[in-house]
Amino acid sequence: MGTRLKENWIYLIFAIVLLLLPLVLSEFRLNLLGKFLTFAIVAIAIDLIWGYTGILSLGHGVFFSLGAYCMGMYLKLQAESLPDFMMWSGLEEVPWFWKPFQHFWVALPMAVLIPAIFAVIIGIPTFRAGIKGVYFSILTQALALVVSIFFIGQQPYTGGTNGITNFRDIFGFSLAEASTMKVLYLITVLALIVIFVLSKWLVNTKTGRILIAIRDGENRLRFLGYNTSTFKVAIFALSAAIAGLAGALFVPQVGIISPSMMGILPSVEMAIWVAVGGRGTLTGAVIGALVVNSAKSYLSETFPDLWLYFLGALFIGVVLFFPKGIVGAFARLKRQDSSKRYLLTEGREV
Amino acid sequence: MDITIVLSQIFNGLSLSSILLLIALGLSITFGIMGVINFAHGEFLMIGAYTAYVLQKLSIANSGGSLFLLSLPAAFVVAALIGLLLERSLIRFLYGRPYESILATWGLSLILQQLARNIFGANNVEVASPGWLQGGLTVMEGLQLPYNRLFIMAVAVLCVSGMYFYLYRTRSGRRIRAVMQNRQMSACMGIKTNRVDAMTFAIGCGLAGIAGAAVSLLGSIGPSTGQNYIIDAFMVVVLGGVGRLSGTIAGAIMIGTMSPLFEFVTTSSMGKVIVFALVIIFLQWRPSGFFTLKTRTVD
Amino acid sequence: MFKYFFSIRKLGFAVVLVLTLMTFFLTARSEATEKEPIKVGVLHSLSGTMSISEVAVKDATLMAIDEINQKGGLLGRKIVPIVEDGASDWPTFAEKAKKLILKDKVAVVFGCWTSASRKAVLPVFEKYDHLLFYPVQYEGLEASKNIIYTGAAPNQQIMPAVSWLLKQGYKRFFLLGSDYVFPRTANLIIKKQLKVEGGVVVGEEYTPLGHTDYSTVISKIKAAKPDVIFNTLNGDSNVAFFKQLKAAGITADDIPVMSVSIAEHELIGIGAENAEGHYAAWNYFMSMKTPENEVFVRNYKARYGQDRVTDDPIEAGYFGVYLWAEAVKKAGTTDVKKVREALRGIKYKAPEGWVKIDPTNNHTWKIVQIGKIRKDGQFDIVWSSGKPIRPEPFPPLVSNKKVIAPGKIVNR
Repeated sequence: MGTRLKENWIYLIFAIVLLLLPLVLSEFRLNLLGKFLTFAIVAIAIDLIWGYTGILSLGHGVFFSLGAYCMGMYLKLQAESLPDFMMWSGLEEVPWFWKPFQHFWVALPMAVLIPAIFAVIIGIPTFRAGIKGVYFSILTQALALVVSIFFIGQQPYTGGTNGITNFRDIFGFSLAEASTMKVLYLITVLALIVIFVLSKWLVNTKTGRILIAIRDGENRLRFLGYNTSTFKVAIFALSAAIAGLAGALFVPQVGIISPSMMGILPSVEMAIWVAVGGRGTLTGAVIGALVVNSAKSYLSETFPDLWLYFLGALFIGVVLFFPKGIVGAFARLKRQDSSKRYLLTEGREV
Repeated sequence: MDITIVLSQIFNGLSLSSILLLIALGLSITFGIMGVINFAHGEFLMIGAYTAYVLQKLSIANSGGSLFLLSLPAAFVVAALIGLLLERSLIRFLYGRPYESILATWGLSLILQQLARNIFGANNVEVASPGWLQGGLTVMEGLQLPYNRLFIMAVAVLCVSGMYFYLYRTRSGRRIRAVMQNRQMSACMGIKTNRVDAMTFAIGCGLAGIAGAAVSLLGSIGPSTGQNYIIDAFMVVVLGGVGRLSGTIAGAIMIGTMSPLFEFVTTSSMGKVIVFALVIIFLQWRPSGFFTLKTRTVD
Repeated sequence: MFKYFFSIRKLGFAVVLVLTLMTFFLTARSEATEKEPIKVGVLHSLSGTMSISEVAVKDATLMAIDEINQKGGLLGRKIVPIVEDGASDWPTFAEKAKKLILKDKVAVVFGCWTSASRKAVLPVFEKYDHLLFYPVQYEGLEASKNIIYTGAAPNQQIMPAVSWLLKQGYKRFFLLGSDYVFPRTANLIIKKQLKVEGGVVVGEEYTPLGHTDYSTVISKIKAAKPDVIFNTLNGDSNVAFFKQLKAAGITADDIPVMSVSIAEHELIGIGAENAEGHYAAWNYFMSMKTPENEVFVRNYKARYGQDRVTDDPIEAGYFGVYLWAEAVKKAGTTDVKKVREALRGIKYKAPEGWVKIDPTNNHTWKIVQIGKIRKDGQFDIVWSSGKPIRPEPFPPLVSNKKVIAPGKIVNR
C-alpha cells in the first residue's frame, strides 16, 4: 500500500503548510483563509451526507448559522450587557434564553448541539416518510427560507436583518488584536484536521459502508433488514453538528453573523463547493471550498463588474466537463487505482 | 369584520393562486419530464418581463400606443427561444442528473442576472399598465377588483387550458406524456426523445416568459426579479406532485389561498413562515404531493 | 514501480495546488503601495438585490473623484478610486472593507447603503481606526468616530415629516415597512412622536424583503381606515406596493402615502403615474433650483446618460467626496486621524445648499424638505425647513443617550 502511505504524507504536508502560514501571510489574507477553512469544515459536513450517503441538503446554511448565532450570542454578551438591537427594539433586559450564553462553556456545546437537535427534529419525520432525492433538497431549501425569514422577523431576539455584530473580545482576549486572530486561525486549522481525520475514519468503518450502500441502493439495504432512516437521521445530525461547529469558528473571525448566511444562496453555494472539489472524497470537499472561495474573492477584487460571469461559468463548466470535480479530474489522470479508492460513482435516482 | 374585506381577501387568494400557477406551470413540466431542476426558471420569468418592457419602449417610440397584449406571445417566443438555445447547449447534458442540474442552472441564473444588469442597468424598470387595465371592477361599495389581476387570472386559465389541450389532444403533446411516463419504452416506440425534451424545455421556459410579462403588471422588473418567485414556484410543484397539471393547479390554489389568510390574521413575515411550515408538514404525510404519477419502479 | 510513478504525479498535483493557493494569498503582501496617487475605496453592492440602488451612488462618487482630478487633484496628487463589490451580502462587506484598509491602504472609504452593511463594516473601521463616508439616511442611534454620516438622521427626515403630516390634519397613521432595522426603529420613533404630538397608529405592518404581493396588506389598510400611510418599504417592494395600491382604487386623494425611502431613482421603477400625488421627505430633490444643483444634474446626465436622474443618496455620495477633499486640504495630509480632526465642523456648498459636519457627532447639518410626486417623476417641493437642521442621531424620544464628542456617547 505504498500509495496509501504517500497520500497520508500529502495530508501531513498540507496540514503543516496550513499551520505555518501565519508566519508568512498578512493579517488580511490570514483572516480570509481562516474564514475559508471554516467553510471547508462545512464542506466536509455536506460531503458526508451528499457524497457518501447521497442526500443533498440545500439547507446547511441554517445549521451553520445556528452554530454561529450561539457563538455570536456569547460574543455579544461579552461586549454589552444589553445588546444594542434589544435596546432599539424596546427590551429592558436580556431574555431568559439568552442568559446561559454568557458562559463560553455553554455557548460552545450549544453551537454543536442545537444544530444537531434541529436536524434530528427535521430528519426523523422526513426520512421516516421516505422523502428523498430532490424532494429532500427542495424541502431543506424551503426550510432555509422559513428559518431566515423567521430570524429576520424576530429583531428583538436575533438582531433582525443586521444579525449580531460589533464584538469586543473572546475569552478575555481582544478580537482587535492580530495575535487573537492568529490563535483563532490555528484553532480552526486544528478543528479542520480533527474533523477530517474523524470523517475519514468514519467512512471506512462498517457504518461508512452502510452509508455508501444507502446512496447506491437503499431499497436493497432495506430488504437486507437495515433501518436506513435511522442511519440517515444520524448522519444528518452529525453533519449538522459539524456545520454548527464551523459556524461557531466563523463568527469570531468574521465578526458578524446575520440571516444572510442562512438563506438559500449561501446554502446552495455550500453544496457547490463540494461539487467543484469532488463528491465522496472528503479531500475534494476541502479543496472545493478553498478553491471556490479563493476564486470568488480574487475575481471579485480583480473584476468587480464581471466576476459573476466567471463564477457562473465555473459552476457550469465543472458540471459539464468535470462531473467528479477537481479530485475526480485528477483521478482520471491515473485510472490505475481510481476504481479502488475514489468511490465516485453515484446512485442514480429513478 | 367587514364583508368587503372578506370578499376581497378571497379574491386576493384566487389572484395569488393564478400568479403562482403561471409561474409553476413551466417548472412542473421541465421538472416532471426531464428530472432537471431548473433554478434558472426565475430568470426566464425575468426575460419575459424585460421583453414586455422592451416592447413597451418600442411601441411608445413608434406609435405612442402600448401593445401590451402583444407582449405576452412575444415574451413566450423570446423566453422559449433562449430556453431552446440553452437546452441544446447545456441542459441536455444534465438529464437524469437532478443534483448536477441544480448546480449548473444555478450558475446559469447568476450569468443571466448579471447579463440583465449589464444590458438594462442595475435599477428597476417599469412596464406601465395599458389604459384598459387600469382601475378595476367595482362590485360593491369598497370592493374593487383590479382589472390587471382579473387579466392575470384570465391568462392563467388560458395557459392551463392550452396546456391541457396540447398535452392530451395533440400528437406532440401525447409524445411528451409518453416520455414522461416511460422514457425507454417511448424511445423503443420510435419517439425521438431528445427532440421531445428540447421542445418541452422550450415550452416550459416560454410559459415562464408569459408569467414574467404578466407579473410585470403587479411588481418590479429588475435583474433579480426572478429570485422573488422561484422558491414559491418550487413549493407549488412539490406540494402538487411532480409532472401532473392537476397537481400543480391544486398546489397553486392551496398556497395561493392560504398565504393571504395567514398573512391577514398574523403578519406578512409570519404568514409566509406558517404557510411554508405547513407545506413541509404536509409533505411528511404525503411525501410526493397531492398527485403522483403511478409507476412500477421501486427506486 | 508503475504505481509509484503515478503517486509522484499525485504529489506533484498537490504541490501545484498548494503553490497556487499560496501565491494567491502571498501576492497581496508583495504589492508595494506607490506613493504618488491617493487611493480611496468605493464599497457598494454592484451585484445582488441592493445593486438597484447602490450602483447609482457609486457612479456619483466616481464622478466627484474625477471632477477633483480634472481640477488638478488633491494636494497635487491624483485620486485613484478602488471599487469593490459588496454583493448585497453583509459578511462580504466586512471582508472587502478589510481588504481596502489593509491591502490597498486607502485613505478613506466611501460606501454602504443598508444599515446591515454599515453595521457589518463598523467594527472593521473601528478596529483599524479608519474612516467611512456613509451616504444614506438611516435610523440613528449610532455615532461612531470612524464614520461620517452624510445622509439624514431621524430628526432630519422622519420626525419633520410626521410633524408636517399632523399639521396638515392627518391624525390616523398606518405604518408600513420592510422587515429590517430601519423601518422598525423609524416606526418606534414615530409611535413615540405621535403620542406626544397627538396622533394615533391604526396599523403597523412589516413585509419580508423582496415581498411582491401587497393585496393582503392593502386589505388591512382598508380595514384600518387611516388618514395617511407612513411608508418605510425598501426598494423593490415599493414598486409592487404602489402599483397594487393604485389598482385597488386607492389614490393620493383618498389616503396619501408619505415615503422616506423612495426618491427620483426609485420612481423610475415604480412608474411616476402610480405614485403621483403622494409625498416623500428628503434633504435633496433633483428639482431644486440652486446653481450648484443645476451644474450637478447637468454633469451627471452628461456622464451617465440623459435618462438618468439624481436623488438624495446620490447627492450625499457626491458631496461626501468633496467634504473629505476639503478636510484633506485643511489638514494638508491624507493621514486618517488628521483628516478626521479636520472634518469637524467643515462646510461645503453642496447641490442641496450648505452642508456642515457636526463637530461632535459626525453627522451632517442638512436642509429638510417635503416633496409631492409629479407625473414626470420629479417632486414639487411643498415644505422646506429653509435652513440646515442640526443632526440628532439619538432622538430624546427613544434614547437617553447623547453624543458629547466624536465616538463619545454618554447617558443624558
